[in-house]
Amino acid sequence: MTVQDMRERVDGFPTRRISGYRVRAGRPLPYGAQPVPGGINFSVYSDRATSMSLVLFERGAKEPAAELPFPPEFRIGSVYAMTVFGLDAENLEYGFRAGGPFDPESGDRFDSGKVLSDPYARLVSGRDVWGAEPDWDDVYPYRARVLDDDFDWGDDTPLRIPTEDLVIYETHVRGFTRHPSSGVSAPGTYAGLREKIPYLRELGVNCVELLPVFEFDELDNPRTNPVTGERLYNYWGYNTVAFFAPKAGYAATGRFGMQADEFKTLVKELHRAGIEVVLDVVFNHTAEGNEQGPTISFRGLDNATYYMLTPRGEYYNFSGTGNTVNCNHPVVRDFVLSCLRYWVSEYHIDGFRFDLAAILDRAPDGTPLPNPPLLEQLAHDPVLRHTKLIAEAWDAAGLYQVGNFPNYGRWSEWNGKFRDTVRRFVKGEPGLVGELATRMAGSPDLYQGRTSSASVNFVTAHDGFTLHDLVSYNDKHNEANGESGGDGANDNHGWNCGEEGPSASAHVRALRMRQMKNLMAILLTSQGVPMILAGDEAGRTQLGNNNTYCQDNELSWFDWGLVDGPTANAELLGFVRSLIAFRHAHPVLRTADHPVGADRVGSGYPDVSWHGVHAWDPDWSSHCRVLALMRCGRHAKGGATRDDYVYVAVNAHWEPHDLELPQLPEGRTWHLFADTSMADAHPPGAEPPLKHPGRYHLGAHSTVILVGRAASPEQP
Amino acid sequence: MTVKLSSRTEGETSVVALEGEINSTTSGGLQAQLLPFVGHGSRVLVDLSGVSYISSAGLRTLLIVHRRAQQLDARVTLVGLCEEVHFVMSATGFLDFFEIADDLDSALERADR
Repeated sequence: MTVQDMRERVDGFPTRRISGYRVRAGRPLPYGAQPVPGGINFSVYSDRATSMSLVLFERGAKEPAAELPFPPEFRIGSVYAMTVFGLDAENLEYGFRAGGPFDPESGDRFDSGKVLSDPYARLVSGRDVWGAEPDWDDVYPYRARVLDDDFDWGDDTPLRIPTEDLVIYETHVRGFTRHPSSGVSAPGTYAGLREKIPYLRELGVNCVELLPVFEFDELDNPRTNPVTGERLYNYWGYNTVAFFAPKAGYAATGRFGMQADEFKTLVKELHRAGIEVVLDVVFNHTAEGNEQGPTISFRGLDNATYYMLTPRGEYYNFSGTGNTVNCNHPVVRDFVLSCLRYWVSEYHIDGFRFDLAAILDRAPDGTPLPNPPLLEQLAHDPVLRHTKLIAEAWDAAGLYQVGNFPNYGRWSEWNGKFRDTVRRFVKGEPGLVGELATRMAGSPDLYQGRTSSASVNFVTAHDGFTLHDLVSYNDKHNEANGESGGDGANDNHGWNCGEEGPSASAHVRALRMRQMKNLMAILLTSQGVPMILAGDEAGRTQLGNNNTYCQDNELSWFDWGLVDGPTANAELLGFVRSLIAFRHAHPVLRTADHPVGADRVGSGYPDVSWHGVHAWDPDWSSHCRVLALMRCGRHAKGGATRDDYVYVAVNAHWEPHDLELPQLPEGRTWHLFADTSMADAHPPGAEPPLKHPGRYHLGAHSTVILVGRAASPEQP
Repeated sequence: MTVKLSSRTEGETSVVALEGEINSTTSGGLQAQLLPFVGHGSRVLVDLSGVSYISSAGLRTLLIVHRRAQQLDARVTLVGLCEEVHFVMSATGFLDFFEIADDLDSALERADR
């Protein structure tokens, strides 16, 4: 039975006037500003405020148009709610003014002189165009606005690609297309990134992980470049102003307030191309900083709820940025959960990577909890049921939880140990054969009882050297960051291959190329989830700067001349494309379960076997720098599917080695997919057979990938 | 700021020309004015060559008219988008929903087919 319902609502009428506006008592949930028939419902939480007003601005006006105090009857519990009728949402900016004590020792830092932004604001104005000079005297710099979440998604939904099948590509919305060489119509924006989807498809990645896109202030960095005197930015954006609002300055249409539509359109188009979207989210701290920081929202609404405070009311600083969000306070848990649900429901986001996630398991007094309620709640939430949850499992105060982050069978982790082991092994450090084997097998030592998809493997990420710089610099070169070169990590495990920085030597350049290929080859043939840093596939350099958080310039931007044209790095790019295609073509590389080193399917071969210069005889001794492994194709995905055999041998030694290859089952022979000492890899499925079926001469600092399959019919 | 609407008929097609800005102030009235042109199986050309700006609320209004038309097997074509409007619609994905024609003549030609 159907009927067209045209009824008005009984509660669609005002009951009184406040400050000249027609209003009625609102609904406490959901929090924030919600369009309702005839008006907008505003709701805000504060446990300790003594008064609360809704402050309304006409869009862009210096002074408020009106202030509407919430009468006592408009409060339920500690939530103030009011529906205001007849507002023009598009021309409205709103905030709150909270009255209460300023008594830091008891946790209160109310300041009724401030207009406070709504923690639940879904649209924020004030930094609409990236880098544009704002009015520094604005009484309300980050202005909450009203958003109608009525985007037309059609049949789109998060893609639910199995985690172990992902190839993640970590990138920065602005940096990806801001370089003049990008050739897109709106450089540095969501729309610009959308124009590059064909490139991502050709590369073969099926997940992009975006550095923070929640509204932040790129101008909150007070430093300047000591050499050039130019402004330094908060380019990366790990300093959230508004957790429900997409960064306006990343939208070509931000000046029209249409960033939500533009970002949603990007997500929809990425999904159409088979690419998931993971957001890097920063719940460990906010942009309000320490005691000297600005009062933007949380501090003025309910400081003691939102922040971890010492017994004397000072901010705990587990994040290294001045404050720490009180993640396991019930109200804050609800805030984080609502936020993530919102991004999944309204933006169809596929997953989240949690910055300094170890903070999420600290109690309000900072103690790490064995069973942190927030993490458990996120792991079991119905809306987030298929959402990828990835932890950066450490924080800035020494809590390091790689391998033991409370995971509830749901959480994956950035595997920092994979990064360090692979870097050190490829560099040529001795004593690492055993640990490399463990890392390539999905780090079962760290993730016992979980699958290898708990391990997000990476060699490089935004934080640290790029791949090119890892093989071109022994030391970081961060002088441009304005901290006398003292910022950024020191344990980079980089090796410059003989000369620091740019080199004219053909030998050095060839070795660097091989080393980059070695690192990519290990990354993309290891069990676990590989993550590539954007630009590494084409050898992007930051000139040795390993902490470009503040560099909104060519140090950080992806130079598309590396992809196309006379300066292109075609050899590396082609190699990485082939490696990604090879990974997609071979489910045996994407098996979720850790290998046991035994035959589980009756193939006569163990799932993974280890080899050295001699087949079946790995050399685990400390002086050895050669490791080979073979994956049995019958064990692909736990035996659920059949695949070829894949053999990977890494030689980090400065001498070549003759390898004896393990014998394959009847009917299969070894074919050469790739050797990092050769220019190109072969297309998966069209690999040529080896000339000598049982041996392989592997050059110095080289990796070979062989595939054991039946000879193609056309081959003799 | 207002938006002015004028209409004429070309064969089976209603041509509705708009002039001004389409924003939250003007879009409510515009929707009420546009919907009567959308009947069962009708053909409507919305000429936007006199429109310099369409806000978020304005684009939503046009999309609602378009969706109503689809329900009635009617066809709404947008024509004469200025560069700025075209860019905003493209960046925000709205362009993908509509049938767009470069100019009135080609749109009318297409409508005849």
